Amino acid sequence: MNSLLRNIIRFIFFILLQVYILDNVPALHKFIIPVIYFLFILWLPFSISRFWLLVIGFFTGLSYDYFTVTPGLHAAACVLIAYFRPFIVNILIPKDTSEFNYSEPSAKAMGWAPYSVYVFALSLLHHGYLLLLEWLEVGNFLDFLIKVVSTTAISMLLIFTAEILFPRRLKYRTNTAY
Amino acid sequence: MRNIFLFIRRYITFISFVLLQILALSMLFRYNKYHRAVFFGKANEITGYVNSQYDNVDDYFHLKEENLRIHKMNDSLLNLLPGNFIKVDTGSHVITDTVAYDTLHMVRKYLAKEAKVVSNSINSQKNYFQINRGSKQGIKDNMAVINSDGSVVGQIVGVSENFSQAMSLLHVQSTVSAMMKKSRNNGRLEWDGQSPLYLTLRNIPKSDSVLRGDTVLTGINSYNYPPGWMIGTVSDIVDDKSTNFYVLRVKPSANFQNLQQVFVIENLQREEQVTLDKTTQKKVDELNKRKQ
Repeated sequence: MNSLLRNIIRFIFFILLQVYILDNVPALHKFIIPVIYFLFILWLPFSISRFWLLVIGFFTGLSYDYFTVTPGLHAAACVLIAYFRPFIVNILIPKDTSEFNYSEPSAKAMGWAPYSVYVFALSLLHHGYLLLLEWLEVGNFLDFLIKVVSTTAISMLLIFTAEILFPRRLKYRTNTAY
Repeated sequence: MRNIFLFIRRYITFISFVLLQILALSMLFRYNKYHRAVFFGKANEITGYVNSQYDNVDDYFHLKEENLRIHKMNDSLLNLLPGNFIKVDTGSHVITDTVAYDTLHMVRKYLAKEAKVVSNSINSQKNYFQINRGSKQGIKDNMAVINSDGSVVGQIVGVSENFSQAMSLLHVQSTVSAMMKKSRNNGRLEWDGQSPLYLTLRNIPKSDSVLRGDTVLTGINSYNYPPGWMIGTVSDIVDDKSTNFYVLRVKPSANFQNLQQVFVIENLQREEQVTLDKTTQKKVDELNKRKQ
């Protein structure tokens, strides 16, 4: 499948999954909030330029914001992780590109340990920033800290579950001609 | 000038990041001050459409609970109907030691209880259905059963602890007092045991001008059924030349095939009425004997 088409479908899927399934899960506890929609940004191809990554991040967050009626909240968090994504990827993947042949970040492409770090760092950034903005309006500091930890843990759990349950068939980017 | 362009080109990512952050944050913080219509004009249409589509599907999963809730609500409203109360002459009371009547001197005559049909038949000559309320819940013999839409479906004939059996109107031995809504002429509603789609109404005099589609209600000559509840509509008029009465085919308004939620209606003064009836009968018999 075309990469563009696949990402458009993925985008719609993640937004609908988040809005209609995860947001409708009966609340187990006030600290347990399942959030997975930003995995769309984590799964975008490596080849995408930094500028477009920011724009896509902004609109991903904004479309989710329209459903939750919090304009700009998730957009800000998504722009933040879209900005930091290339730095973290650069740190984690081998510099020698001839060894590195996958088109998208995944456990298979990066190895489990670097991928976990990648997911953890971006989840923490996303939730940290998101909850910070929420906390600025209302809230108490201890709740904020616990929420950051618990939502990050739950997001990572969901992302690894998704990674194990639905292995993506990744296009192998060879260094020979296509 | 050149340096400025170079600077912008070099830091384009960072600049766009900052700009997008500012845009997002200004949306977030301005939203609280300005009214939502500005921001959520067209986009709200789209999310609203998606939400309503989702809701259409989601509704199906709650239909059963919703149904029960409405049925319970109807039950509470049914008990408030003015037809359930009758006026008594308080002047004739010497001692009043109960609070059975309210300040308007209305005494409750009919009391409704909700129930659910657990089994049902329509294919035999003698059709019964079972409901999930029994003597423990205060169900007694001869109580009337009406459907959730208010149409009569039968009467209780057997009661166990937690269930009770009701005789459907589709029973060859069922006789219900019925009346025409227009003329208030009383007749007798029966079932010939043939088609579950039609009942038979007898004893309506030919002086009454009956038309097809006329409404048939429960009549006043009954201790079991509260008067004025819908039974059905006249679907066919058989002009029997040998008598002065019509034979009317009545299409019941209740759909007997899918009875689900029903109400059981108790006549709280039934005992008194029946006893009075019996003693009157006895007195008349004694009078007759004395005459002979």
